[in-house]
Amino acid sequence: MNLLEILSYGFIQRALLAGTLIALLCSVLGVFLVLRRLSLIGDGLAHVTFGSTAIALALKFYSVMSLLVTMPIVLLASLGILKLTEKGRLSGDAAIGLVSALGISAGIILASVGGGYNVDLLSFLFGNILSIRSEEVVIAALLCLGVMLMLTLYYHELFAISFSDELAKVSGIRTSFINSILVLLTALSVVLAMKLVGIMLISSLLIVPAAAALQLARGFKACILLAALQGCSSVIIGIIISIMSNLPASASIVMVNLLFFAAACLIRRIKYPKYCN
Amino acid sequence: MPDEIVATELLTCSYREGRVLEDVSFQVKRGDYVGIVGPNGSGKSTLIKALLGLVTVGKGSAALFGTPLSAFRDWHRVGYLPQSLHLVNPVFPATVHETVSLGLLSLKRFPKRLNRADKDKINTILDELGILDLELKLIGELSGGQLQRVLLARAIVNDPELLVLDEPTAALDPETRGRFYAMIADINRSRGVTVLLVTHDSGAIGEHASKMLYLDKKILFYGSFDEFCCSPEMSSMFGEHSQHLMCHRH
Repeated sequence: MNLLEILSYGFIQRALLAGTLIALLCSVLGVFLVLRRLSLIGDGLAHVTFGSTAIALALKFYSVMSLLVTMPIVLLASLGILKLTEKGRLSGDAAIGLVSALGISAGIILASVGGGYNVDLLSFLFGNILSIRSEEVVIAALLCLGVMLMLTLYYHELFAISFSDELAKVSGIRTSFINSILVLLTALSVVLAMKLVGIMLISSLLIVPAAAALQLARGFKACILLAALQGCSSVIIGIIISIMSNLPASASIVMVNLLFFAAACLIRRIKYPKYCN
Repeated sequence: MPDEIVATELLTCSYREGRVLEDVSFQVKRGDYVGIVGPNGSGKSTLIKALLGLVTVGKGSAALFGTPLSAFRDWHRVGYLPQSLHLVNPVFPATVHETVSLGLLSLKRFPKRLNRADKDKINTILDELGILDLELKLIGELSGGQLQRVLLARAIVNDPELLVLDEPTAALDPETRGRFYAMIADINRSRGVTVLLVTHDSGAIGEHASKMLYLDKKILFYGSFDEFCCSPEMSSMFGEHSQHLMCHRH
């Protein structure tokens, strides 16, 4: 099968389109999360999505309709992580671990009560981008538009809190509000990304493009652009490799991402040896 | 325009370990350059943070430009420079220009956007502080002295009326430290900016500050540097020899 033939299939076009949109969101948000040391929030929220999907399936909400259950739960969980960090005298990673444990254990209990793991629930563990439906692509496009609009409107505030909470506060920025926006946008993106790579690999979509961009970027805007470019390229290349080599799409996407990261580290070592130690 | 830039009344702050500030009352007038000194754990940084709304005030009150802190919104009138090493993440990918641009956000309404005039303003301040050639460097690639100047540029790019500095020279060598204090004195004189500066270095700050505030949870002294050097209370606290060393310019 040649590349043109592959691209002519509707399900592959849908996968490429939705995957690129989701990768764009995750990689841009990832830069802010990595710099705010909230990298693992994706993992935590993915576990909550797993739990809430189990609830959705138990309530007989399938496919797109399951978003009606998962979205509000994951959005609330993201705010919960933030509140635990701000008021609960917990560090970000401990708060994420706490909410993550709650999400995954709730999912396991509900799946067990509901008669064991079914195929729908397992597909959320590893993702299945090639089975994405047209209506899911539309939802991904709408959410992508909304999230990118918010990121554009609040770009300077997000940049300021990523640089320093303290300085942002003294600049009159409402840091709690901006932090809430960041975690809510992340929660939306995580729910979408579940279909792409599943909960096992979701944090790689958020962390790896940002980590690679940090190796090479010569400025904050450049860092965001590089991360977005890597995230989107990884999804496109990963999906094509998976089809041509009959490999799982999610793992292929993550492996391509990691190869980009390794290349970025190598380029940095060669180009900026002075700053590598 | 009110002449009283900062005013506190019986300000008290506590952490879990106990009281850090107790009944602190003082006023800072427009154009003052106040050096806040005192031993480790005396509450110097907490006082600064309380004045900027970064820590919760337990009792008493604080006001900036005549407005109680809880109602104060004119943050564009304030510039703040914290301890740089503690603040900056060495892998943060911002250039010097981008970092200084953050100082202009307090002047902007939603949605905040920077225009050509803002970019020119950033270049002007970088030029004034002699760091225009660093404009495109990443902040993680700067020396301690260069980073300090960049953060100072960020703090004054919005033309603040009050500049607050928290141990800004802690990571600098003595020579760079002296130059830095002179630069702040120049900003105080030429721009008429009121300065509040926390430091351990009472001798060096005395060269430039118009007033000294000696803090050890409570205010033990508040007045001019000359009064500080002649104060019998300070002599009995430090001993005459130590006081003479602190006031070595006399």
